[in-house]
Amino acid sequence: MKRTTVITALPLLLAAGIALPLAQGCKPANTKSAVTGDAASKVYVPPGKYDEFYNFVSGGFNGQMSVYGLPSGRMLRNIPVFSVDPEKGWGYSEETKPMLMTTHGFIPWDDSHHVEPSMTNGVADGQWMFINGNNTPRIALIDLTTFRTKTIIEIPNSAGNHSSPFTTPNSEYVVAGTRFSLPMGGDAQRDVPINTYKENFKGNVTFIHPDRETGKMSIAFQITAPGVDFDLSHSGKGPSDGWFFFSCYNTEQAYELLEVNASQRDKDFIMAVNWKKAEQYAKEGKGKMVPGKHFMNHYSDETHMATSEVVEQVLQLDHKELKDLLYFMPCPKSPHGCDVDPTGQYIVGSGKLAALIPVFSFDKMIKAIEAKDFEGEFDGIPVLKYESVLHGEVKKPGLGPLHTEFDNNGFAYSSMFVSSEIVKWNVQTLEVVDRVPTYYSIGHLCVPGGDGAKPWGKYVIAYNKITKDRYLPTGPELSQSAQLFSIDGPKMELLLDYPTIGEPHYAQAIPAELIKDKSVKLFKIEDNKHPYVSKGEKETKVVRDGNKVHIYMTCIRSHFAPDNIEGVKMGDEVYFHVTNLEQDWDVPHGFAVKGAANAELLIMPGETQTLKWVPTSVGVKPFYCTDFCSALHQEMQGYIRVSPAGSNIPLTWNTKSADAGL
Amino acid sequence: MVKPIFATATNFEPEKQGLSMKTRTLRMNMLKGLGLSTAVALMVACGGGEGTDQAAGTNTAPEAAAPAAPNADLITADQVKFAETIDQGKVAKGKEIYEVKCQACHTLGSNRVVGPGWKGILDQRKPEWIMNMILHTDAMLETDPEAQAMLEECLVRMPNQNLTKDEALDVLEFMRTL
Repeated sequence: MKRTTVITALPLLLAAGIALPLAQGCKPANTKSAVTGDAASKVYVPPGKYDEFYNFVSGGFNGQMSVYGLPSGRMLRNIPVFSVDPEKGWGYSEETKPMLMTTHGFIPWDDSHHVEPSMTNGVADGQWMFINGNNTPRIALIDLTTFRTKTIIEIPNSAGNHSSPFTTPNSEYVVAGTRFSLPMGGDAQRDVPINTYKENFKGNVTFIHPDRETGKMSIAFQITAPGVDFDLSHSGKGPSDGWFFFSCYNTEQAYELLEVNASQRDKDFIMAVNWKKAEQYAKEGKGKMVPGKHFMNHYSDETHMATSEVVEQVLQLDHKELKDLLYFMPCPKSPHGCDVDPTGQYIVGSGKLAALIPVFSFDKMIKAIEAKDFEGEFDGIPVLKYESVLHGEVKKPGLGPLHTEFDNNGFAYSSMFVSSEIVKWNVQTLEVVDRVPTYYSIGHLCVPGGDGAKPWGKYVIAYNKITKDRYLPTGPELSQSAQLFSIDGPKMELLLDYPTIGEPHYAQAIPAELIKDKSVKLFKIEDNKHPYVSKGEKETKVVRDGNKVHIYMTCIRSHFAPDNIEGVKMGDEVYFHVTNLEQDWDVPHGFAVKGAANAELLIMPGETQTLKWVPTSVGVKPFYCTDFCSALHQEMQGYIRVSPAGSNIPLTWNTKSADAGL
Repeated sequence: MVKPIFATATNFEPEKQGLSMKTRTLRMNMLKGLGLSTAVALMVACGGGEGTDQAAGTNTAPEAAAPAAPNADLITADQVKFAETIDQGKVAKGKEIYEVKCQACHTLGSNRVVGPGWKGILDQRKPEWIMNMILHTDAMLETDPEAQAMLEECLVRMPNQNLTKDEALDVLEFMRTL
């Protein structure tokens, strides 16, 4: 994304017909950031003190989600989601491998763009975070008691899951909209020439229900939609609760050189979805089951392992039969961000190529629908008249508006990619009241609670696409750069630059109080239901099952039991099932064995994790603890002997019998 | 994971706590063993780390918010009274807990594996001292000279295995049979 956005910035300008001299503001200012006054004290969190907010930041092309403290910008955690992570054994341990299963097989990477909190009454409630996977369409649910990925659901009949995973005000549903439209159906329907786009390519939006008790997710229904590109979305709230809004571009229905061909029309659309009505139709049996094979992967903190369920079909609602589900609001020039203000009354569409920001009125939209105030139809969907649904336009906000967040005082903050600035404006009067440069080329931005019903405000964070000279250079590849601004006063004030990893897109920030006291410190060993758990050294053993050797092993500061194993032969598959017997906070043990083709295990107190190891040569092989655990950490080691295939060395193991030497 | 502790406990002065140089060296080596509560306890004990009016973060570490003396909750002798007869039900429960949470380090003999063997343990240690080692492990390792002497010998900080008070009493009952 970073590379492509840099390349496209110039054509965007030209396409918009904006002469370069006018684009004075686009030229990134020099590295001197206008930090004034006591900025340092406003971000200084002394040793031993906590940050005020957790900041959950998408990892973009690293497929992960990282967690920072605000206002310090200190990185607290990096959570593997759609990508394998050898540090934690994520995607390498036998327990976590099913989390990355899809209809395409094991997919160890994705491109994760948007982070959305679980909400109650439109406000983040601190139970979960959701994040989308773009490339192999998926949505993940992160449990905020463990800061781990708990569920990943694959989205069928979708390509480029970009307008996701935004949720309804009580997280009844999390949505997914296909960015790429596709030919859908059976093989015969799908195997068509690309130039039959208008005839054969379809879009859709999917509503996924997360279960509050279990954290499992299931697809409630999928609504068919015209063959255009769906880009971003946000739920209605308050008066607009029951509606969902998606930005659409490429209403030209181009299938090649979209950079030019999808930028022809003056207006594309914001698609309004009446999801309450769709829910009702689904309950009334007005949908039909269609092919939609997908995986639902769920990690249990009781068995300490993930399982995959495969679902073959989804319930689909046809927008051409159910006429009152979808409406189009014309929106200038390839809208990207689609944001709803805290009152739920105003919908902001950010046309990437537009020289203004249109703000739509929900009340006007409902009146226009009731009055059938349409200018026409697009693929069977009524197109409302622009003037009839418009609250007003923010004039000359800047160049390249992308996204908008809100505070609790009636102000909106829009990111301007091309002119590299944040613009603050009044949602009612549409007046621009302040602007501040960012370094460089801001993409998303985040105000704590800024897409909810009651923003906490206080800061806006810019997630910039270009880093250049902000930090000490590290060769051609640089970290990304976030910037923290205070929004407490009338003027936005730059407080801090801090590097971020991957390529952050959207982010969320919520008060630490909502999360910190619920944080799990350890897993109770008594409650461990892993099939290969050893609850105490007494239960350790080695069991052969054909060519599979299961080692039931424990660890505690600072030894493994057993730590000498013999009788393994070439051709065996060895499974180390390691249980951490510790019951204290922050005492993980690591496990590594020489020549393991996967990664280490990192085992939390009370947990069991499994490393598969296929010996590649005869000999005595070492294993050891990788996580410095005590003064005798370096003694925490053992040996496993591998004999030639067919040898008759019996399977034996020691237990450092605690009762030896009575 | 545990590194910030030393940044936190900037005013750590072991001599004031009656610790020998040897113990201090040990501490520095045993990064992993030091829990957050330990660090804060040290900080409070030394009167350091406060005075942060300029700070931006408003959250305070819970331990610092309620800086109880580390041994405020220690169990006293009058709280641990043995019945005349040994309760076999509790012994069985205690043995079960031992096998899951204690056996990896403690034998039922008199030899030391990681920690000391338990044979005749009640002849050597007072019941309340054992209860405190189980339930208030960090506080004991910070303040109790006998616990510190054990640490110097064993070199591994005893983990707090998160037993409830009743579970610790079950283990104690089991010890009465050894």
